[in-house]
Amino acid sequence: MKTIAIKVLTFTGMRWGVPFIKLFSGEEAKTQLKEIGQTVGIPLAAIVTFLFLWSVTASQIETSLGAVPGPIQVAEQAKSLWIEHVEERAKADAFYERQEIRNAAKLAKNPAATVKIIDYTGKPTYWDQIITSLKTVFMGFVIASLIALPIGVLCGLSKNAMQAMSPIIQVFKPVSPLAWLPIVTMIVSAVYVTNDGFFEKSFIISAITVSLCSLWATLINTSLGVSSVNKDYINVARVLQLSPMKKTFKIVLPATLPLIFTGLRISLGVGWMVLIAAEMLAQNPGLGKFVWDEFQNGSSNSLARIMVAVFTVGIIGFFLDRIMVALQKAVSFDKGAVVA
Amino acid sequence: MENIAINEEISINSESKPGEVMLDIQSLKKVYPTPKGDYVVLENLDLQVKKEEFISIIGHSGCGKSTLLTMIAGLNPISGGQILLDEKPITSPGPDRGVVFQSPSLFPWMTALENVLLGVEQVFPQGTKEQRIDICKYYLDKVGLGDSFHKKASDLSQGMQQRVGIARAFALKPKILLLDEPFGMLDSLTRAELQDVLLEVWNQENITAIMITHDVDESIFLADRVIMMTSGPYAKVGDILSIPLERPRDRRSVLEHPDYYSYREYLINFLEH
Ligand SMILES: Nc1ncnc2c1ncn2[C@@H]1O[C@H](COP(=O)(O)OP(=O)(O)OP(=O)(O)O)[C@@H](O)[C@H]1O
Ligand SMILES: [Mg+2]
Repeated sequence: MKTIAIKVLTFTGMRWGVPFIKLFSGEEAKTQLKEIGQTVGIPLAAIVTFLFLWSVTASQIETSLGAVPGPIQVAEQAKSLWIEHVEERAKADAFYERQEIRNAAKLAKNPAATVKIIDYTGKPTYWDQIITSLKTVFMGFVIASLIALPIGVLCGLSKNAMQAMSPIIQVFKPVSPLAWLPIVTMIVSAVYVTNDGFFEKSFIISAITVSLCSLWATLINTSLGVSSVNKDYINVARVLQLSPMKKTFKIVLPATLPLIFTGLRISLGVGWMVLIAAEMLAQNPGLGKFVWDEFQNGSSNSLARIMVAVFTVGIIGFFLDRIMVALQKAVSFDKGAVVA
Repeated sequence: MENIAINEEISINSESKPGEVMLDIQSLKKVYPTPKGDYVVLENLDLQVKKEEFISIIGHSGCGKSTLLTMIAGLNPISGGQILLDEKPITSPGPDRGVVFQSPSLFPWMTALENVLLGVEQVFPQGTKEQRIDICKYYLDKVGLGDSFHKKASDLSQGMQQRVGIARAFALKPKILLLDEPFGMLDSLTRAELQDVLLEVWNQENITAIMITHDVDESIFLADRVIMMTSGPYAKVGDILSIPLERPRDRRSVLEHPDYYSYREYLINFLEH
């Protein structure tokens, strides 16, 4: 149990948790406390200082929505958002319960009666919005990877493909999601007309915008990795006269996996970062729309709620990155090479 | 053992017999284009290697030893002259020329066995999977890795990795084995161990071998003939020293041989002038 926990923490680049586990499992307290002091104490002190400076300066600035909220107001809003979520769920449960009882009664009277099941149409809670954002970024990430990986491999294998792609990459890489969005919106609206409700249009628009911004890192890293495979490996492949297929899948790709995952990790980070902007404009019901709605809403709580969103985005981004680090380590033959 | 029989079957029957010239290098030339103009590394290099002979090549750093070896391997294009292997000119790399590089260049994501198997699959596609695995195990066993078949290459020490490299090259049953300072990165103890391993396997397999080395003692201990290359540019074969010590050799008797120091003297003398 203990060793597993330590492994998980090390693997995800959160080594600072290790001394705690060792301490609680009864290893010599002194060294562990010292390590905790170093790995946790210093960052903790920095955070406390940050919160202090924040609360002092925030109260000095008056906006049209009142004073800028300090950490306490933000924490209160986080709590109230959670309570709203719990209440909304309770309401939904009650709604479905009533509906079930009604339908059961109807069927009891007349077994042949048709019963309708109506979906609850409450407004999405903060939690729902987080889930939507995660789904969107995941979808965008998958699309980006599906495009970037094959093209990246091709560019790495063939100088000509690289020459062809290079200007396109250079020009499109720095484009902001805000510029892509109108174009994507128009195209998706023109092409995706079925509207069978499987995917919301706004969901697809945000996801595609996310992929357009995030695919470049994967593409560049993959092509770099493929083109810079150890020359000795390639020579071995040539001596053995491996077929192009075998060479690609048995040697080039495994050798490139660490760099591919570096690219994927950057892509996911960029995707998550641009997601908020994309959702804001596309009105995809995720965190971006939450921020936008609060901004439009302009109540005295709005600023604090937007700050809750800021922290949510930051913390989720951090965990997404940890997951990618763990994956990267899992596929890398040279474990030491992965930078946490 | 059954697997040895299989090996004999698949060995590529080269046309030349022991003692006949197998590799014939004729006025070989190599030019590297550089920004400052062409750099002629080798010119007018002639060398004949007999079947089942062990040749070592010494020469100053940068004189073109690796260049020569990679050209024999077919990995490096020839600028002039030709290299004939069993009377056919070499144009591309192939598994009939096993190569062992200075860095073991194993695939770290594969096990020792898988590394060897990759090559055996290429030269012995008609066999069953079990037969191929048996061949790999046979050679890994010979280089002293009988208990490390399934260890990841990245978990092996440098010396063990180079053992796998040697097993991988021998398992191809090549006509000729090309070794480019295979022990250059090892400490002297491991180095001596691996020289013994190499010599032992080579004695049993009777494969023609060409080995580059910086180590004068190593070149005497292993080779039938030591080729001394002149310094570049325009490097060629400067001198050849025959080492007619009897085989199989062991380190002790080679070191104690009355002629040993005169061989050593001769080679060092060449390198110093
Ligand atoms: N691809 C290349 N392009 C240009 N010059 C090269 C290239 N490869 C090697 N050279 C040059 O050719 C010369 C011979 O190189 P080579 O690697 O064959 O030497 P070497 O005898 O193997 O040296 P060492 O003992 O250090 O391994 C060197 O001067 C080197 O700088
Ligand atoms: Mg060299």
